[in-house]
Amino acid sequence: MKPSTNYRWRKLVDRVMRGATVAATGCAVIPLVAIIAYVIALGGSAMSVSFFTDVYQPPDLPTQNDELINEEVPFNPDDPFANLEMPAPESTDGALAGESAESQAVANAYAAGPRGGVLHGILGTLMITGIGLLMALPIGIFAGVYLSEYRNERLATIVRFSSDVLSGSPSIVAGVVIYVLVVLQTEQFTAIAGSMALAILMVPIVTRTTEEMLKLVPEAMREAARGLGAPTWYSTFTVVLPTALPGIVTGVMLAFARGAGETAPLILTVLGSNVITMSMFEPMAALPLLTYRYTESPYIGENTLAWGAAFVLVVLVLIVNILVRLATRRVGVTR
Amino acid sequence: MSSMLIRQLTPFYGSRQAVKPVDMTVRANQITAIIGPSGCGKSTILRCLNRMHETIRGAYATGTVMLGDTDIYDPKEDPTMIRRRVGMVFQQPVALRTRNVYENVAVGLRLHGMTNKADLDGAVEKALREAVLWDEVKDVLDKPGNALSGGQQQRLSIARALAVKPDVLLLDEPCSALDPFATVSIEELLLTLKENLMIIIVTHNMQQAARVSDETAVFMVDTSSGQALGELVELDATSKVFTEPREERTELYISGRVG
Repeated sequence: MKPSTNYRWRKLVDRVMRGATVAATGCAVIPLVAIIAYVIALGGSAMSVSFFTDVYQPPDLPTQNDELINEEVPFNPDDPFANLEMPAPESTDGALAGESAESQAVANAYAAGPRGGVLHGILGTLMITGIGLLMALPIGIFAGVYLSEYRNERLATIVRFSSDVLSGSPSIVAGVVIYVLVVLQTEQFTAIAGSMALAILMVPIVTRTTEEMLKLVPEAMREAARGLGAPTWYSTFTVVLPTALPGIVTGVMLAFARGAGETAPLILTVLGSNVITMSMFEPMAALPLLTYRYTESPYIGENTLAWGAAFVLVVLVLIVNILVRLATRRVGVTR
Repeated sequence: MSSMLIRQLTPFYGSRQAVKPVDMTVRANQITAIIGPSGCGKSTILRCLNRMHETIRGAYATGTVMLGDTDIYDPKEDPTMIRRRVGMVFQQPVALRTRNVYENVAVGLRLHGMTNKADLDGAVEKALREAVLWDEVKDVLDKPGNALSGGQQQRLSIARALAVKPDVLLLDEPCSALDPFATVSIEELLLTLKENLMIIIVTHNMQQAARVSDETAVFMVDTSSGQALGELVELDATSKVFTEPREERTELYISGRVG
Protein backbone atom coordinates (compact mmCIF):
# COMPACT_ATOMS: atom_id res chain seq x y z
CA MET A 1 0.00 0.00 0.00
CA LYS A 2 1.21 3.50 -0.84
CA PRO A 3 1.91 5.82 2.09
CA SER A 4 -1.01 8.16 2.56
CA THR A 5 -0.69 11.60 1.00
CA ASN A 6 -0.32 13.46 4.31
CA TYR A 7 2.31 11.07 5.61
CA ARG A 8 5.18 13.59 5.50
CA TRP A 9 3.03 16.26 7.13
CA ARG A 10 2.10 13.89 9.96
CA LYS A 11 5.74 12.99 10.39
CA LEU A 12 6.66 16.68 10.61
CA VAL A 13 3.94 17.46 13.15
CA ASP A 14 5.13 14.52 15.22
CA ARG A 15 8.70 15.90 15.24
CA VAL A 16 7.58 19.44 16.11
CA MET A 17 5.34 18.28 18.96
CA ARG A 18 8.03 16.04 20.29
CA GLY A 19 10.54 18.90 20.15
CA ALA A 20 8.09 21.16 21.98
CA THR A 21 7.65 18.69 24.83
CA VAL A 22 11.41 18.22 25.14
CA ALA A 23 11.94 22.01 25.18
CA ALA A 24 9.26 22.48 27.81
CA THR A 25 10.79 19.75 29.94
CA GLY A 26 14.14 21.51 29.62
CA CYS A 27 12.61 24.81 30.76
CA ALA A 28 11.14 23.03 33.76
CA VAL A 29 14.37 21.29 34.72
CA ILE A 30 16.85 24.16 34.15
CA PRO A 31 15.77 26.26 37.17
CA LEU A 32 15.91 23.19 39.39
CA VAL A 33 19.39 22.25 38.25
CA ALA A 34 20.53 25.89 38.42
CA ILE A 35 19.30 26.33 41.99
CA ILE A 36 20.90 23.12 43.17
CA ALA A 37 24.17 23.93 41.39
CA TYR A 38 24.25 27.46 42.82
CA VAL A 39 23.53 26.26 46.34
CA ILE A 40 26.17 23.57 46.06
CA ALA A 41 28.76 26.00 44.65
CA LEU A 42 28.22 28.71 47.26
CA GLY A 43 27.16 26.52 50.16
CA GLY A 44 29.86 23.96 49.53
CA SER A 45 32.52 26.60 50.18
CA ALA A 46 31.14 27.06 53.70
CA MET A 47 31.73 23.40 54.48
CA SER A 48 34.30 22.65 57.13
CA VAL A 49 34.50 20.48 60.21
CA SER A 50 33.50 23.36 62.47
CA PHE A 51 30.50 24.08 60.26
CA PHE A 52 28.97 20.81 61.43
CA THR A 53 30.35 20.73 64.97
CA ASP A 54 30.18 24.33 66.11
CA VAL A 55 27.37 26.73 66.85
CA TYR A 56 27.06 30.48 66.32
CA GLN A 57 30.17 32.55 66.95
CA PRO A 58 29.82 36.34 67.10
CA PRO A 59 31.92 38.42 64.68
CA ASP A 60 35.47 39.17 65.79
CA LEU A 61 34.90 42.85 66.62
CA PRO A 62 37.21 45.01 68.72
CA THR A 63 35.17 45.54 71.85
CA GLN A 64 36.13 49.16 72.40
CA ASN A 65 34.69 50.16 69.06
CA ASP A 66 31.16 49.05 69.70
CA GLU A 67 29.85 52.58 69.38
CA LEU A 68 30.92 52.58 65.77
CA ILE A 69 28.09 50.19 64.96
CA ASN A 70 25.60 50.92 67.65
CA GLU A 71 26.28 51.70 71.26
CA GLU A 72 23.23 49.65 72.21
CA VAL A 73 24.66 46.42 70.86
CA PRO A 74 27.67 45.10 72.64
CA PHE A 75 27.76 41.48 71.56
CA ASN A 76 27.56 39.21 74.51
CA PRO A 77 28.80 35.77 73.46
CA ASP A 78 26.64 34.17 76.15
CA ASP A 79 23.44 35.78 74.91
CA PRO A 80 21.72 33.25 72.65
CA PHE A 81 19.88 35.99 70.82
CA ALA A 82 22.86 38.29 70.37
CA ASN A 83 22.47 38.97 66.68
CA LEU A 84 18.77 38.49 66.24
CA GLU A 85 17.88 42.16 66.40
CA MET A 86 21.03 43.61 65.06
CA PRO A 87 20.45 46.90 63.24
CA ALA A 88 21.86 47.34 59.80
CA PRO A 89 25.25 49.07 59.94
CA GLU A 90 25.06 52.69 58.85
CA SER A 91 28.62 53.87 58.99
CA THR A 92 30.55 51.07 57.47
CA ASP A 93 31.97 53.34 54.80
CA GLY A 94 34.18 55.09 57.30
CA ALA A 95 35.19 51.80 58.76
CA LEU A 96 35.99 50.32 55.41
CA ALA A 97 38.10 53.37 54.60
CA GLY A 98 40.38 52.03 57.29
CA GLU A 99 41.75 55.22 58.78
CA SER A 100 42.49 53.85 62.21
CA ALA A 101 43.54 50.50 63.54
CA GLU A 102 40.16 50.07 65.18
CA SER A 103 38.15 50.85 62.09
CA GLN A 104 40.44 48.58 60.15
CA ALA A 105 39.64 45.80 62.60
CA VAL A 106 35.93 46.45 62.18
CA ALA A 107 36.30 46.37 58.43
CA ASN A 108 38.15 43.08 58.74
CA ALA A 109 35.35 41.70 60.88
CA TYR A 110 32.83 42.55 58.18
CA ALA A 111 34.89 40.97 55.45
CA ALA A 112 36.11 37.97 57.45
CA GLY A 113 35.30 34.41 56.43
CA PRO A 114 32.71 32.28 58.23
CA ARG A 115 33.13 31.64 61.95
CA GLY A 116 31.41 28.92 63.91
CA GLY A 117 28.87 26.50 62.49
CA VAL A 118 25.23 25.55 62.22
CA LEU A 119 25.06 22.42 64.40
CA HIS A 120 22.34 24.11 66.45
CA GLY A 121 20.33 24.63 63.27
CA ILE A 122 20.74 21.04 62.08
CA LEU A 123 19.67 19.63 65.44
CA GLY A 124 16.84 22.14 65.70
CA THR A 125 15.44 21.34 62.27
CA LEU A 126 15.57 17.60 62.94
CA MET A 127 13.85 17.98 66.30
CA ILE A 128 11.19 20.50 65.29
CA THR A 129 10.32 18.72 62.05
CA GLY A 130 10.58 15.26 63.61
CA ILE A 131 8.24 16.08 66.50
CA GLY A 132 5.90 17.83 64.06
CA LEU A 133 5.84 14.73 61.90
CA LEU A 134 5.06 12.55 64.93
CA MET A 135 2.06 14.78 65.59
CA ALA A 136 0.93 14.76 61.95
CA LEU A 137 1.40 11.02 61.26
CA PRO A 138 -1.42 9.46 63.29
CA ILE A 139 -3.87 12.20 62.34
CA GLY A 140 -2.93 12.13 58.68
CA ILE A 141 -2.88 8.35 58.29
CA PHE A 142 -6.12 7.75 60.15
CA ALA A 143 -7.82 10.55 58.23
CA GLY A 144 -6.50 9.07 54.98
CA VAL A 145 -7.86 5.65 55.94
CA TYR A 146 -11.22 7.22 56.69
CA LEU A 147 -11.30 9.07 53.36
CA SER A 148 -10.40 5.95 51.42
CA GLU A 149 -12.31 3.19 53.22
CA TYR A 150 -15.44 5.24 53.94
CA ARG A 151 -15.16 7.39 50.85
CA ASN A 152 -18.86 7.82 50.18
CA GLU A 153 -19.88 9.38 53.46
CA ARG A 154 -20.70 13.06 53.36
CA LEU A 155 -18.20 13.84 56.11
CA ALA A 156 -15.49 12.36 53.88
CA THR A 157 -16.30 14.86 51.14
CA ILE A 158 -16.07 17.73 53.61
CA VAL A 159 -12.80 16.47 55.08
CA ARG A 160 -11.31 15.94 51.63
CA PHE A 161 -12.21 19.49 50.57
CA SER A 162 -10.89 21.04 53.80
CA SER A 163 -7.70 19.06 53.47
CA ASP A 164 -7.14 20.37 49.96
CA VAL A 165 -7.76 23.95 51.05
CA LEU A 166 -5.38 23.52 53.97
CA SER A 167 -2.61 22.09 51.83
CA GLY A 168 -2.99 25.00 49.43
CA SER A 169 -3.02 27.73 52.04
CA PRO A 170 0.12 29.81 52.66
CA SER A 171 2.35 28.44 55.39
CA ILE A 172 2.46 31.76 57.23
CA VAL A 173 -1.21 31.18 58.07
CA ALA A 174 -0.29 28.10 60.08
CA GLY A 175 2.37 30.20 61.80
CA VAL A 176 -0.08 32.98 62.69
CA VAL A 177 -2.63 30.51 64.03
CA ILE A 178 -0.12 28.86 66.34
CA TYR A 179 1.31 32.27 67.27
CA VAL A 180 -2.11 33.42 68.46
CA LEU A 181 -3.26 30.12 69.98
CA VAL A 182 -0.03 28.96 71.60
CA VAL A 183 2.76 31.54 71.64
CA LEU A 184 0.61 34.42 72.90
CA GLN A 185 -1.11 32.17 75.45
CA THR A 186 2.14 30.78 76.86
CA GLU A 187 3.93 34.11 76.41
CA GLN A 188 6.89 32.18 75.12
CA PHE A 189 8.38 31.28 71.75
CA THR A 190 8.86 27.51 71.88
CA ALA A 191 10.11 24.77 69.59
CA ILE A 192 6.98 22.72 70.27
CA ALA A 193 4.87 25.56 68.88
CA GLY A 194 6.93 25.34 65.70
CA SER A 195 6.30 21.61 65.55
CA MET A 196 2.56 22.27 65.85
CA ALA A 197 2.66 24.79 63.00
CA LEU A 198 4.58 22.33 60.81
CA ALA A 199 2.17 19.53 61.78
CA ILE A 200 -0.71 21.66 60.48
CA LEU A 201 1.11 21.87 57.15
CA MET A 202 2.04 18.18 57.07
CA VAL A 203 -1.34 16.66 57.98
CA PRO A 204 -3.04 17.35 54.62
CA ILE A 205 -0.07 15.95 52.70
CA VAL A 206 -0.05 12.73 54.71
CA THR A 207 -3.85 12.50 54.55
CA ARG A 208 -4.17 12.84 50.80
CA THR A 209 -1.19 10.61 49.99
CA THR A 210 -2.52 7.90 52.31
CA GLU A 211 -5.93 8.17 50.69
CA GLU A 212 -4.56 8.01 47.15
CA MET A 213 -2.30 5.07 47.96
CA LEU A 214 -5.10 3.13 49.66
CA LYS A 215 -7.33 3.72 46.65
CA LEU A 216 -4.70 2.03 44.48
CA VAL A 217 -5.04 -1.20 46.48
CA PRO A 218 -7.22 -3.47 44.34
CA GLU A 219 -10.82 -3.77 45.49
CA ALA A 220 -10.41 -7.53 45.06
CA MET A 221 -8.18 -7.61 48.16
CA ARG A 222 -10.82 -5.93 50.30
CA GLU A 223 -13.46 -8.27 48.87
CA ALA A 224 -11.31 -11.30 49.65
CA ALA A 225 -10.84 -10.15 53.23
CA ARG A 226 -14.55 -9.46 53.60
CA GLY A 227 -15.35 -12.84 52.03
CA LEU A 228 -13.39 -14.49 54.85
CA GLY A 229 -15.56 -12.72 57.38
CA ALA A 230 -13.15 -9.90 58.16
CA PRO A 231 -14.63 -6.64 59.45
CA THR A 232 -13.54 -3.45 57.69
CA TRP A 233 -10.97 -2.45 60.31
CA TYR A 234 -9.31 -5.86 60.08
CA SER A 235 -8.98 -5.81 56.32
CA THR A 236 -7.79 -2.20 56.49
CA PHE A 237 -5.02 -2.76 59.01
CA THR A 238 -3.84 -6.24 58.05
CA VAL A 239 -4.35 -6.22 54.30
CA VAL A 240 -4.90 -2.79 52.79
CA LEU A 241 -2.48 -0.64 54.78
CA PRO A 242 0.52 -3.02 54.49
CA THR A 243 -0.03 -3.23 50.75
CA ALA A 244 -0.07 0.55 50.42
CA LEU A 245 2.78 1.13 52.89
CA PRO A 246 5.56 2.01 50.42
CA GLY A 247 3.39 4.71 48.88
CA ILE A 248 2.36 6.07 52.25
CA VAL A 249 5.98 6.27 53.37
CA THR A 250 6.68 8.32 50.25
CA GLY A 251 3.97 10.75 51.33
CA VAL A 252 5.42 10.94 54.83
CA MET A 253 8.81 11.69 53.29
CA LEU A 254 7.30 14.47 51.20
CA ALA A 255 5.67 15.87 54.32
CA PHE A 256 9.01 15.85 56.16
CA ALA A 257 10.71 17.62 53.27
CA ARG A 258 7.97 20.23 53.17
CA GLY A 259 8.18 20.79 56.92
CA ALA A 260 11.98 20.93 57.04
CA GLY A 261 12.05 23.73 54.47
CA GLU A 262 9.36 25.94 55.99
CA THR A 263 10.57 29.29 57.29
CA ALA A 264 7.59 31.58 57.74
CA PRO A 265 5.75 29.58 60.42
CA LEU A 266 8.99 29.15 62.39
CA ILE A 267 9.65 32.90 62.55
CA LEU A 268 6.37 33.29 64.43
CA THR A 269 6.77 30.26 66.67
CA VAL A 270 10.32 29.09 67.47
CA LEU A 271 11.98 32.51 66.93
CA GLY A 272 15.48 31.08 66.58
CA SER A 273 18.49 30.67 68.79
CA ASN A 274 22.26 30.88 68.65
CA VAL A 275 22.94 27.96 70.92
CA ILE A 276 21.96 24.30 71.06
CA THR A 277 18.76 23.84 73.01
CA MET A 278 17.41 20.41 73.74
CA SER A 279 14.21 21.61 75.38
CA MET A 280 11.14 21.75 73.15
CA PHE A 281 9.80 24.46 75.44
CA GLU A 282 12.39 27.08 74.58
CA PRO A 283 13.18 28.97 71.41
CA MET A 284 15.25 26.82 69.07
CA ALA A 285 17.40 27.26 66.00
CA ALA A 286 16.43 25.81 62.62
CA LEU A 287 18.23 25.72 59.30
CA PRO A 288 15.70 27.79 57.35
CA LEU A 289 15.76 30.41 60.12
CA LEU A 290 19.56 30.52 60.04
CA THR A 291 19.46 30.91 56.28
CA TYR A 292 17.00 33.76 56.64
CA ARG A 293 18.83 35.60 59.42
CA TYR A 294 22.33 35.07 58.11
CA THR A 295 21.36 36.23 54.63
CA GLU A 296 20.25 39.52 56.17
CA SER A 297 23.48 39.86 58.10
CA PRO A 298 26.00 42.55 57.11
CA TYR A 299 28.87 40.15 57.81
CA ILE A 300 30.24 38.35 54.77
CA GLY A 301 31.10 35.31 56.88
CA GLU A 302 27.51 34.95 58.05
CA ASN A 303 26.27 35.26 54.46
CA THR A 304 28.47 32.31 53.64
CA LEU A 305 26.99 30.40 56.58
CA ALA A 306 23.54 31.14 55.15
CA TRP A 307 24.50 29.44 51.90
CA GLY A 308 25.94 26.59 53.89
CA ALA A 309 22.73 26.21 55.87
CA ALA A 310 20.71 26.20 52.64
CA PHE A 311 23.07 23.57 51.25
CA VAL A 312 22.69 21.37 54.33
CA LEU A 313 18.90 21.71 54.08
CA VAL A 314 18.94 20.55 50.48
CA VAL A 315 21.24 17.65 51.30
CA LEU A 316 19.11 16.73 54.33
CA VAL A 317 15.99 16.48 52.19
CA LEU A 318 17.96 14.49 49.63
CA ILE A 319 19.22 12.05 52.28
CA VAL A 320 15.72 11.59 53.70
CA ASN A 321 14.48 10.81 50.19
CA ILE A 322 17.17 8.24 49.53
CA LEU A 323 16.87 6.58 52.94
CA VAL A 324 13.14 6.20 52.66
CA ARG A 325 13.39 4.81 49.17
CA LEU A 326 15.88 2.21 50.33
CA ALA A 327 13.71 1.37 53.32
CA THR A 328 10.47 0.99 51.36
CA ARG A 329 12.12 -1.26 48.81
CA ARG A 330 12.50 -3.82 51.57
CA VAL A 331 9.18 -3.10 53.28
CA GLY A 332 7.28 -4.00 50.07
CA VAL A 333 7.46 -7.69 51.04
CA THR A 334 7.47 -8.63 54.69
CA ARG A 335 7.75 -11.81 56.72
CA MET B 1 -24.68 -30.90 56.62
CA SER B 2 -27.93 -29.67 55.27
CA SER B 3 -29.09 -27.89 52.18
CA MET B 4 -29.51 -24.22 51.40
CA LEU B 5 -33.08 -23.06 50.89
CA ILE B 6 -33.36 -19.82 48.97
CA ARG B 7 -36.85 -18.28 49.11
CA GLN B 8 -37.98 -15.11 47.33
CA LEU B 9 -34.43 -13.77 47.32
CA THR B 10 -34.55 -10.40 45.58
CA PRO B 11 -31.45 -8.23 45.26
CA PHE B 12 -31.65 -4.47 44.80
CA TYR B 13 -29.14 -1.79 43.86
CA GLY B 14 -30.59 1.28 45.51
CA SER B 15 -34.14 1.53 44.24
CA ARG B 16 -33.42 -0.65 41.21
CA GLN B 17 -34.39 -4.28 41.43
CA ALA B 18 -31.71 -6.46 39.83
CA VAL B 19 -33.28 -9.91 39.70
CA LYS B 20 -36.81 -11.28 39.95
CA PRO B 21 -37.42 -13.16 43.22
CA VAL B 22 -35.40 -16.36 43.20
CA ASP B 23 -36.49 -19.66 44.72
CA MET B 24 -34.01 -22.48 44.63
CA THR B 25 -32.67 -25.25 46.78
CA VAL B 26 -29.00 -26.09 46.79
CA ARG B 27 -28.01 -29.49 48.08
CA ALA B 28 -24.95 -30.36 50.11
CA ASN B 29 -22.14 -32.44 48.62
CA GLN B 30 -23.05 -31.19 45.20
CA ILE B 31 -21.71 -28.63 42.81
CA THR B 32 -24.34 -26.23 41.58
CA ALA B 33 -23.44 -24.15 38.56
CA ILE B 34 -25.05 -20.81 37.80
CA ILE B 35 -24.85 -19.86 34.15
CA GLY B 36 -26.35 -17.15 31.99
CA PRO B 37 -25.49 -14.15 29.85
CA SER B 38 -23.84 -11.01 31.21
CA GLY B 39 -26.15 -8.84 33.29
CA CYS B 40 -28.51 -11.68 34.21
CA GLY B 41 -27.71 -11.25 37.88
CA LYS B 42 -25.91 -14.54 38.49
CA SER B 43 -22.99 -12.94 40.33
CA THR B 44 -25.39 -10.73 42.25
CA ILE B 45 -27.35 -13.75 43.46
CA LEU B 46 -24.13 -15.54 44.40
CA ARG B 47 -22.98 -12.53 46.42
CA CYS B 48 -26.32 -12.49 48.23
CA LEU B 49 -25.63 -15.96 49.59
CA ASN B 50 -22.95 -14.73 52.01
CA ARG B 51 -24.20 -11.14 52.29
CA MET B 52 -21.36 -9.72 50.21
CA HIS B 53 -23.96 -8.05 48.00
CA GLU B 54 -24.84 -5.48 50.65
CA THR B 55 -21.22 -4.29 50.93
CA ILE B 56 -21.82 -2.36 47.71
CA ARG B 57 -23.14 1.07 48.58
CA GLY B 58 -26.92 1.21 48.43
CA ALA B 59 -27.29 -2.49 47.72
CA TYR B 60 -29.56 -4.76 49.74
CA ALA B 61 -31.62 -7.90 49.33
CA THR B 62 -34.97 -9.18 50.57
CA GLY B 63 -36.14 -12.72 51.11
CA THR B 64 -34.68 -15.57 53.10
CA VAL B 65 -31.73 -17.89 52.71
CA MET B 66 -31.87 -20.78 55.15
CA LEU B 67 -28.59 -22.55 55.76
CA GLY B 68 -29.42 -25.38 58.13
CA ASP B 69 -31.33 -23.67 60.93
CA THR B 70 -29.85 -20.24 60.24
CA ASP B 71 -31.59 -17.58 58.22
CA ILE B 72 -28.68 -15.73 56.65
CA TYR B 73 -30.85 -12.62 56.38
CA ASP B 74 -31.95 -12.67 60.02
CA PRO B 75 -31.18 -9.15 61.30
CA LYS B 76 -29.62 -10.74 64.37
CA GLU B 77 -26.99 -12.49 62.27
CA ASP B 78 -23.59 -10.81 61.93
CA PRO B 79 -22.60 -10.79 58.24
CA THR B 80 -18.96 -11.43 59.14
CA MET B 81 -19.92 -14.69 60.89
CA ILE B 82 -22.10 -15.68 57.93
CA ARG B 83 -19.11 -15.17 55.63
CA ARG B 84 -17.06 -17.50 57.76
CA ARG B 85 -19.61 -20.26 57.15
CA VAL B 86 -20.09 -19.33 53.51
CA GLY B 87 -16.64 -18.75 52.00
CA MET B 88 -16.04 -17.03 48.70
CA VAL B 89 -13.47 -17.19 45.91
CA PHE B 90 -13.35 -14.44 43.35
CA GLN B 91 -12.63 -14.10 39.66
CA GLN B 92 -9.25 -12.48 40.26
CA PRO B 93 -6.96 -14.62 42.45
CA VAL B 94 -6.03 -12.64 45.56
CA ALA B 95 -2.51 -13.43 46.71
CA LEU B 96 -1.42 -10.84 49.23
CA ARG B 97 2.02 -9.69 48.17
CA THR B 98 2.79 -8.31 51.61
CA ARG B 99 2.45 -11.81 53.07
CA ASN B 100 4.13 -15.07 52.28
CA VAL B 101 2.35 -18.18 51.07
CA TYR B 102 1.90 -19.49 54.62
CA GLU B 103 0.45 -16.24 55.92
CA ASN B 104 -1.84 -15.95 52.89
CA VAL B 105 -3.64 -19.01 54.25
CA ALA B 106 -3.15 -18.27 57.94
CA VAL B 107 -4.67 -14.79 57.70
CA GLY B 108 -8.22 -16.11 57.94
CA LEU B 109 -7.34 -18.44 60.81
CA ARG B 110 -5.71 -15.61 62.75
CA LEU B 111 -8.74 -13.45 62.04
CA HIS B 112 -10.93 -16.03 63.71
CA GLY B 113 -8.69 -16.27 66.72
CA MET B 114 -6.26 -19.12 66.11
CA THR B 115 -2.89 -18.09 67.55
CA ASN B 116 -1.16 -21.32 68.54
CA LYS B 117 1.74 -21.93 66.15
CA ALA B 118 1.29 -25.71 66.01
CA ASP B 119 -2.46 -25.40 65.37
CA LEU B 120 -1.80 -22.85 62.63
CA ASP B 121 0.86 -25.05 61.01
CA GLY B 122 -1.51 -28.00 60.96
CA ALA B 123 -4.49 -26.04 59.66
CA VAL B 124 -2.45 -24.30 56.95
CA GLU B 125 -1.00 -27.59 55.73
CA LYS B 126 -4.43 -29.23 55.77
CA ALA B 127 -5.98 -26.38 53.77
CA LEU B 128 -3.14 -26.39 51.26
CA ARG B 129 -3.45 -30.16 50.88
CA GLU B 130 -7.21 -29.85 50.36
CA ALA B 131 -6.53 -27.25 47.70
CA VAL B 132 -4.03 -29.68 46.06
CA LEU B 133 -1.35 -27.04 46.38
CA TRP B 134 0.77 -28.41 49.22
CA ASP B 135 3.25 -30.37 47.12
CA GLU B 136 3.87 -27.37 44.90
CA VAL B 137 4.38 -24.79 47.64
CA LYS B 138 5.68 -26.69 50.67
CA ASP B 139 9.22 -25.49 49.92
CA VAL B 140 8.28 -21.88 49.16
CA LEU B 141 6.02 -21.13 52.12
CA ASP B 142 8.11 -18.07 52.94
CA LYS B 143 7.91 -16.60 49.43
CA PRO B 144 5.49 -13.72 48.83
CA GLY B 145 2.04 -14.85 47.75
CA ASN B 146 2.21 -13.18 44.35
CA ALA B 147 5.33 -15.18 43.43
CA LEU B 148 3.05 -18.11 42.52
CA SER B 149 1.53 -18.64 39.09
CA GLY B 150 -2.04 -17.54 38.37
CA GLY B 151 -3.49 -21.03 38.78
CA GLN B 152 -1.53 -21.56 42.00
CA GLN B 153 -2.71 -18.19 43.30
CA GLN B 154 -6.31 -19.20 42.68
CA ARG B 155 -5.79 -22.48 44.52
CA LEU B 156 -4.12 -20.45 47.27
CA SER B 157 -7.26 -18.31 47.43
CA ILE B 158 -9.34 -21.48 47.70
CA ALA B 159 -7.03 -22.81 50.44
CA ARG B 160 -7.49 -19.57 52.35
CA ALA B 161 -11.26 -19.91 52.10
CA LEU B 162 -11.12 -23.62 53.09
CA ALA B 163 -8.87 -23.00 56.09
CA VAL B 164 -11.68 -21.48 58.15
CA LYS B 165 -13.79 -24.62 57.50
CA PRO B 166 -16.83 -23.16 55.74
CA ASP B 167 -20.00 -25.16 55.07
CA VAL B 168 -20.45 -23.58 51.66
CA LEU B 169 -17.94 -22.40 49.07
CA LEU B 170 -19.06 -19.78 46.56
CA LEU B 171 -16.91 -19.30 43.46
CA ASP B 172 -17.46 -16.32 41.17
CA GLU B 173 -15.99 -17.19 37.76
CA PRO B 174 -12.90 -18.66 39.43
CA CYS B 175 -11.27 -19.73 36.17
CA SER B 176 -11.92 -16.81 33.84
CA ALA B 177 -8.48 -15.33 34.56
CA LEU B 178 -6.72 -18.68 34.14
CA ASP B 179 -5.35 -20.70 31.23
CA PRO B 180 -6.96 -24.06 30.28
CA PHE B 181 -4.48 -26.18 32.25
CA ALA B 182 -4.94 -24.18 35.43
CA THR B 183 -8.69 -24.36 34.80
CA VAL B 184 -8.58 -28.15 34.68
CA SER B 185 -6.66 -28.27 37.96
CA ILE B 186 -9.28 -26.08 39.64
CA GLU B 187 -12.11 -28.21 38.27
CA GLU B 188 -10.50 -31.42 39.52
CA LEU B 189 -10.04 -29.75 42.87
CA LEU B 190 -13.72 -28.80 43.04
CA LEU B 191 -14.76 -32.39 42.31
CA THR B 192 -12.75 -33.64 45.30
CA LEU B 193 -13.91 -30.81 47.54
CA LYS B 194 -17.61 -31.51 47.06
CA GLU B 195 -17.25 -34.59 49.27
CA ASN B 196 -17.32 -32.29 52.30
CA LEU B 197 -18.82 -29.08 51.02
CA MET B 198 -21.67 -27.41 49.25
CA ILE B 199 -20.24 -25.66 46.21
CA ILE B 200 -21.90 -23.01 44.09
CA ILE B 201 -20.00 -21.78 41.06
CA VAL B 202 -20.84 -18.94 38.69
CA THR B 203 -19.30 -19.47 35.30
CA HIS B 204 -19.39 -18.09 31.77
CA ASN B 205 -17.96 -21.32 30.50
CA MET B 206 -20.77 -23.72 29.55
CA GLN B 207 -18.38 -26.64 29.14
CA GLN B 208 -17.13 -26.02 32.63
CA ALA B 209 -20.65 -26.13 34.02
CA ALA B 210 -21.30 -29.35 32.10
CA ARG B 211 -18.02 -30.91 33.30
CA VAL B 212 -18.17 -30.19 37.02
CA SER B 213 -21.70 -29.49 38.16
CA ASP B 214 -24.45 -31.79 39.39
CA GLU B 215 -27.14 -29.17 39.06
CA THR B 216 -27.32 -26.12 36.87
CA ALA B 217 -29.28 -22.94 37.36
CA VAL B 218 -29.82 -20.86 34.23
CA PHE B 219 -30.43 -17.13 34.53
CA MET B 220 -31.64 -14.90 31.70
CA VAL B 221 -32.25 -11.20 31.23
CA ASP B 222 -35.85 -10.09 30.89
CA THR B 223 -36.17 -6.70 29.18
CA SER B 224 -39.91 -6.81 28.63
CA SER B 225 -40.57 -4.27 31.40
CA GLY B 226 -38.28 -1.72 29.73
CA GLN B 227 -35.36 -2.30 32.08
CA ALA B 228 -33.05 -5.26 32.32
CA LEU B 229 -34.19 -7.64 35.04
CA GLY B 230 -32.50 -10.95 35.70
CA GLU B 231 -34.53 -14.08 36.33
CA LEU B 232 -33.99 -17.72 37.14
CA VAL B 233 -35.49 -19.62 34.21
CA GLU B 234 -34.32 -23.16 34.83
CA LEU B 235 -32.90 -25.27 37.63
CA ASP B 236 -32.38 -28.96 37.15
CA ALA B 237 -29.84 -31.74 36.97
CA THR B 238 -26.98 -30.61 34.74
CA SER B 239 -27.41 -33.53 32.35
CA LYS B 240 -31.05 -32.60 31.89
CA VAL B 241 -30.44 -28.89 31.42
CA PHE B 242 -27.84 -29.53 28.77
CA THR B 243 -29.69 -32.27 26.88
CA GLU B 244 -33.37 -31.48 27.16
CA PRO B 245 -33.87 -27.96 28.52
CA ARG B 246 -37.39 -26.92 29.28
CA GLU B 247 -37.06 -23.45 27.86
CA GLU B 248 -36.16 -22.60 24.31
CA ARG B 249 -33.98 -19.65 25.26
CA THR B 250 -31.94 -21.96 27.51
CA GLU B 251 -31.33 -24.18 24.54
CA LEU B 252 -30.37 -21.21 22.37
CA TYR B 253 -27.99 -20.00 25.04
CA ILE B 254 -26.24 -23.25 25.86
CA SER B 255 -25.91 -24.23 22.24
CA GLY B 256 -24.10 -20.95 21.60
CA ARG B 257 -26.60 -19.53 19.16
CA VAL B 258 -27.53 -16.67 21.49
CA GLY B 259 -25.67 -14.88 24.27
